[in-house]
Amino acid sequence: MTNHWIDLQHSDVVLIQGSNAAENHPISFKWLMKAKERGAKIIHVDPRFTRTSARADFHTSLRSGTDIAFLGGMIKYILENEKYFKDYVVNYTNASFIVDERFDFKDGLFSGYDPTTRKYDKSTWAYKKDANGIPEKDFTLQNPRCVFQLLKKHYSRYDLEKVSSITGTPVGDLKTVYEMYSSTGVKDKAGTVMYALGQTQHTTAVQNIRTLCMIQLLLGNIGICGGGVNAMRGEPNVQGSTDFAILSSYIPGYLPAPQASLKTLDEYLKRITPKSADPRSANWQQNYPKYMVSLLKAWYGDKATKENDFGYSWVPKLDDGQDCTILNMIDNMYEKKIKGLIVIAQNPTVSLPNADKVREAMTHLDWFVHVNIFDNETASFWKGPGLDPKKIKTEVFLLPAAASVEKQGSQANSGRWVQWKYEAAKAPGDAIYTGDIVIRMVTKLKELYKKEGGATPEPILNLKWDYADEKGRFDPLKVARTVNGYFLEDITIGDKTYKKGECVPSFTLLQADGKTSSGCWINSGSFAQDGTNLMARRKKDDPTGLGLYPQWSWAWPVNRRIIYNRASVDLSGKPYNPKRPLLAWVDGKWVGDVPDGPWPPMEDTKNGKYPFIMKPDGVSSLFGPGLGDGPFPEHYEPLEGPMAKNLLSSQMNSPIIKIFTKECDKYARCDPRFPFVMTTYSSTEHWCTGAITRWQSWLTEAQPQVYVEISEELAQIQGIKNGEKVKVESARGSLTCVAMVTTRFRPFKCGDQIIHQVGMTYNYGWLFPRDCGDTANLLTPTVGEGNTGTPEYKAFMVNVKKV
Amino acid sequence: MKVTRREFLVGSGTLIGGLTLSSLGINLEPIIAYADEMKKIDKVRSARQSTSICCYCAVGCGLICSTDTKTGKIINIEGDPEHPINEGTLCAKGAGIFQTTAANEHRLTKVLYRAPYSDNWQEKTWDWAITRIAKNIKATRDASFIAKNSKGQVVNRVETIAHMGSSNVDSEECWLITAMARSLGIVYIDHQARV
Repeated sequence: MTNHWIDLQHSDVVLIQGSNAAENHPISFKWLMKAKERGAKIIHVDPRFTRTSARADFHTSLRSGTDIAFLGGMIKYILENEKYFKDYVVNYTNASFIVDERFDFKDGLFSGYDPTTRKYDKSTWAYKKDANGIPEKDFTLQNPRCVFQLLKKHYSRYDLEKVSSITGTPVGDLKTVYEMYSSTGVKDKAGTVMYALGQTQHTTAVQNIRTLCMIQLLLGNIGICGGGVNAMRGEPNVQGSTDFAILSSYIPGYLPAPQASLKTLDEYLKRITPKSADPRSANWQQNYPKYMVSLLKAWYGDKATKENDFGYSWVPKLDDGQDCTILNMIDNMYEKKIKGLIVIAQNPTVSLPNADKVREAMTHLDWFVHVNIFDNETASFWKGPGLDPKKIKTEVFLLPAAASVEKQGSQANSGRWVQWKYEAAKAPGDAIYTGDIVIRMVTKLKELYKKEGGATPEPILNLKWDYADEKGRFDPLKVARTVNGYFLEDITIGDKTYKKGECVPSFTLLQADGKTSSGCWINSGSFAQDGTNLMARRKKDDPTGLGLYPQWSWAWPVNRRIIYNRASVDLSGKPYNPKRPLLAWVDGKWVGDVPDGPWPPMEDTKNGKYPFIMKPDGVSSLFGPGLGDGPFPEHYEPLEGPMAKNLLSSQMNSPIIKIFTKECDKYARCDPRFPFVMTTYSSTEHWCTGAITRWQSWLTEAQPQVYVEISEELAQIQGIKNGEKVKVESARGSLTCVAMVTTRFRPFKCGDQIIHQVGMTYNYGWLFPRDCGDTANLLTPTVGEGNTGTPEYKAFMVNVKKV
Repeated sequence: MKVTRREFLVGSGTLIGGLTLSSLGINLEPIIAYADEMKKIDKVRSARQSTSICCYCAVGCGLICSTDTKTGKIINIEGDPEHPINEGTLCAKGAGIFQTTAANEHRLTKVLYRAPYSDNWQEKTWDWAITRIAKNIKATRDASFIAKNSKGQVVNRVETIAHMGSSNVDSEECWLITAMARSLGIVYIDHQARV
């Protein structure tokens, strides 16, 4: 989130789209109800009417997979009706930038597409630069080649009738939502957008979210109290695990994973460090060399020296363009190219798309290690339905782990609060911390490589690995301090001297010369210089009265509670909304939240800097050349959809989506065998695959088995009664379950077509309880969003028939 | 005077003194039942309290765990009234976290091993399992390690081992997982953040 949970209370209009917050992030609604008490209005846009809709002031539905059409229509409305916050747009976005004359968009494709490689050459998605290398600008926003005018042109195609035909949302409802939400484009109103997997689990996911960001920028809602783009993450520590990069494309702190063609550290640093010719841009990413070198020192300690490029060659490199994300991982497992798999606290045979393919792929492994607190369908894959253990050679290790309340350590919530928790009890029996398991594995591997040698042992032998206490047990505080960072020798920075071994109190002090270490620069500052753990703080002081609680726990970065907050003030440093003074420039300094950069307001033409410091140009991007599928979001249909054509262009799907072509990956578009749109979701009582919650009687009593929700209209057509057994089938697999006939789904009228949509939770698996059902992912397709590879769980095609 | 819920629970423990009324022929069944409840509350009163954070949705609600000082077992988990986000409230999952503890008979408490082609689990020791796992990793890595790619560039990676997970473990454990995977040269690394 750019903001945080408590901040929701300050919104005047809340747009919840792509989320069922009341059911899946229930406590968020405590703060939304507070907002309502203060007169806020809640809008819920969702294919289904849920408990979130029940508490909203306005609910309308849209066909799954049409968010960009819906939101593109909102952009058109905002621009045509001049609902945007002009000062903010002119000063804090790239609306004024002049775009390269070669940039173009025609019939669903931007300039530079190569259909054979299915990639864009993005060289035309650039700005016209002046002699100093700074983008040319037109602050009147009239130049036909400025971003603002190109934006207007792009979304002029998203008129109400067209949008309604695509989304199935009535024109009147579109107007209501657009008017309600765009009312926040004024100084004293704040609008927030809340989204979750309803936006991310599509082949247009990243652009979905970008559209929300662009709306927020046009309305001046980013960096303010009650505003922001608020991703509601779904796992207790997915923020932490993302920050620390259990991912192939990043290393800790969002530094890009190094590619093979970047042969030296210098080449890598040059590539990842953007340049800006504009002295008013802080271009914070220019500090990346300090963070990379500090990370290498954290990983390799004394073994990382200037002479050996700080161990850069030991970091594994992907070939340029090599994609090692999850769908490729499963595909390679299916092809028997992966011999061994480690899965910690995850249940992929229930959670990944095309479950039959995943389950088959597992049987190809030579060995498999699983760590968890309960058994699950993945650990026991070898005795799954339809499988004969006598034919499966995989040797499987199921390692018992400590549960969350049995562990001391930190978890980062969606609002970037990194909260420390304590060990309430020792884990039962032989169960131990996951941290202990990892320490033991690496310790044993180091032993074996030291004794026997083997393939390139250096990266393992040189890994700094002193994270145990004197009894040999995993010490979370040792790791936490390593992540924060240390001064590795006495060092004077500015007018202060720091001693060797002291904690680095802020990433602004990290160095590129090997004198500091830090396991993840954004967490630097979670410990004070004297070693105090700031994540464990419990002070309830709230000096601004805005619910920031700056001394409760610690937030990254540098305890800033709302990021981009220098966009909440005007050029002189006065808050746009004096009723919610998040930040103000008073007597030569910033007062309020931790300012997003210490520089004075922009009115100081010598020292002031633009507020979006993580962007090379210092301003936010309405035109976004960084993504793979276009600088402006464009509506494309889901891979599997009910429409014969994309009503906006001849380009049916996003041109860069990751498609798989094996027999088991087949998909069916506009196919009479699978005429209904399906989406998947979770429930309040179960969580994700149910791997933890299905073992709990209190929760399973409330939600005992899988069911499919279908509309009354569809039930009548298919002759299905509420509670009857039905078979749900897609091109990949099928599932028998109970039918819930409900008014929560209604058919969509998309132009002349009536389109039916159904939904199912994915909280069930075949292992336990007996006969609770199996995963909705037996139905979902193997297709990934083009930038990230996230699967499209939210829009695909099925049939529902009585058994 | 405003009484907090905690103060009320603590104060009501003093009612146990009522048991002496039995000598007066007064029916004490309801009082004994009440006293049993009081014993439970006594246990909570004398328990060691610690704070934790919910293990589900990423709102990050605060918990108070009560651990019986005699048995070392968690006897109660409820919302932390001091926590600024949830103010003591919890959803159904958070409210039920007690069922993730040792109180749940389904908790894995032994290292389990399934041999090739077997149809059951065997119990093993940690030493045995860790040694065998490490040997497997090393054998697979050594057999297929790619020091240089076809262009002659140093890549130091292995493509025959993959890692998944987890967003469900503490950050310090995540950091060790990333360090382990990278040091082995694993490039197929992913977890719930993408899915």
